[in-house]
Amino acid sequence: MADPIKLVLYVAGETPKSLAAIRNLEKICAEHLAGKYRVEVIDLKKSPQLAREHGIVAIPTLVKELPVPIRKIIGDLSDTPKVLVHLAVEESSS
Amino acid sequence: MTDGITKAPTGIEGFDDLTLGGLPSGRPSLVCGSAGCGKTLFASTFLINGARLYGEPGVFVTFEERPGDIVDNVASLGFDLQGLIEQERILIEHIAIDPTEVAEVGDYDLEALFLRLEFAVDQIGAKRIVLDTIESLFSAFQNPAVLRAEIRRLFDWLKQKGLTAVITGERGDGTLTRQGLEEYVSDCVILLDHRVDNQISTRRLRIVKYRGTAHGTNEYPFLIDEDGFSVLPVSSLGLSHKVYQDRISTGVDDLDAMLSGGGFFRGTSVLISGVAGSGKSSLACMMVDAACRRGGKALYLSFEESEAQTVRNMRSVGTDLERWLTSSQLRYIAARPTFYSLEMHLAVMLREVARFKPDLVVLDPISAFTESGQAGEVQSMLLRIVDYLKSNGITGVFTHLSHGVSTETDGGLSSLMDAWILLLNREAHGEFNRELYLLKARGIAHSNQVREFVMSNDGIHLLPPYLGDGGAVTGSARRAEEAKARRLEHERRTEMARLQDQIEQRRKRALAQIDALQADLAVDEAELQRLMQVEASYRAQTERDANDMARSRGVAGPAVGTK
Repeated sequence: MADPIKLVLYVAGETPKSLAAIRNLEKICAEHLAGKYRVEVIDLKKSPQLAREHGIVAIPTLVKELPVPIRKIIGDLSDTPKVLVHLAVEESSS
Repeated sequence: MTDGITKAPTGIEGFDDLTLGGLPSGRPSLVCGSAGCGKTLFASTFLINGARLYGEPGVFVTFEERPGDIVDNVASLGFDLQGLIEQERILIEHIAIDPTEVAEVGDYDLEALFLRLEFAVDQIGAKRIVLDTIESLFSAFQNPAVLRAEIRRLFDWLKQKGLTAVITGERGDGTLTRQGLEEYVSDCVILLDHRVDNQISTRRLRIVKYRGTAHGTNEYPFLIDEDGFSVLPVSSLGLSHKVYQDRISTGVDDLDAMLSGGGFFRGTSVLISGVAGSGKSSLACMMVDAACRRGGKALYLSFEESEAQTVRNMRSVGTDLERWLTSSQLRYIAARPTFYSLEMHLAVMLREVARFKPDLVVLDPISAFTESGQAGEVQSMLLRIVDYLKSNGITGVFTHLSHGVSTETDGGLSSLMDAWILLLNREAHGEFNRELYLLKARGIAHSNQVREFVMSNDGIHLLPPYLGDGGAVTGSARRAEEAKARRLEHERRTEMARLQDQIEQRRKRALAQIDALQADLAVDEAELQRLMQVEASYRAQTERDANDMARSRGVAGPAVGTK
């Protein structure tokens, strides 16, 4: 069993784009990455210094911190196959 | 409207004068230009001066260079950026976007960028912000529609926050910026240009737009050198200079004597023209020496000789310029004419004059420019220099290499000048002799004589020429004429002495003759006396004899009468 996939989603308040991203991510994880992921959602409105620390410019941004290499996906994650390609993770064989 | 605009000074030499105060305060300004034209430097100078001089902390947002590089870059201009960062007066926010590790899926905006900017601004209470270079965002993201909207929002956001912002932008093809957007949303647009003409590059600055204020629309040359960024407005000069009555010595006593009153007026522009090797630079150096001797300062701008060379050369005429260099009374700047363009030369010169505040400025030689072509531009450049010097009461000395003995200069320079010293080098009797002539000296009665210009190891002397039968002669012809005159004089004196001698002899002879005749006379006198005595005694004897005879005949008394 590979290491769990660590995902961080950066959002800024409850904007439609942020909410859409959270919704889409939940869906992708549930459908394709069941059981091997950890997701953290960070609201940069509350802790803007984290944006500097992690080099975030666009909102929403999804960062795959583990496994390396780090990948960033910006946007509301509305295209599931594309997100999976960019995350470069194998789909869980159900 | 006008009272609505307040300005934030940039501290950039010349720029604040040009814009009547600086950049619009609390509004975004765009500085655009092609690569390497000094955008980042302009922006960082604005920011650092704000923190250093005007008590306005600033945030430097860099999309390209790393913070360490920026600190290093400005350190070479003498700015201690690291110190300002440690004092929390400057904050560098590095926003690095690597397009290769970012994918775009769906809709997004740059809210995180705004949050970061806001966080940085609030952290140090910034009043100024620099965004360098905004184009980087476009290369990092693929959706131009989003970016255009976000940039527009960014400008609005900056205004709303009341930040005086400088945004740098890459120049587009035929447009001011690549996206053609920033210039419309900025309140002030400054275009920096780096142009190469005749293989000489000139940096120029132009204010394209400045909402709500009057501004110069010309292109102004600017400099980037070890002293930072400086702009030189050079075309707003009139003809209303103050005139001075006091005279300044030229350092050559004989030349002062030729100008009644001793020397030129202060603030005069003096042209020294002459053929090669006629002593133009030496004469100019004498004026420098004289200025320093008076305790003043002199600026020597040379376009041909190096400092060491001039010092050495002047030693041969008994003038030590080195001591003035040591005492910082003389500043010597040597640059080839082709080193900068004309505007840049002008800019450098005016800046040096403004900083050094000399009493005398030498440009040696100005013909170096006229030979590089563009006579009209050269004249306008010199006109500006002459005007600038005059309006500041600085005496200007300009040397000019002329070809042949002509009273014409290129580009009609003579009309710009108040005084003109013509140096000639004339061939006569198999030698060249230097001659000096005061062609004009406005407002000063001056000698009309052509003097012989002699440089020796005890200085420069102007010898009056020998005025003989064949006109004025100089050089060895003069010396020959003088020797001939001395010889003739000697002969005349000898002759006179001989004649005097002769007369004396004659007189002595005459006196001797008088003595001899008087001796003769004395002898004759004595003879006469003797004869008279003989006669007298003869007569007495005769009488006595007669008486004796009468007595003997017994006849006494009156017998004498009876015969």
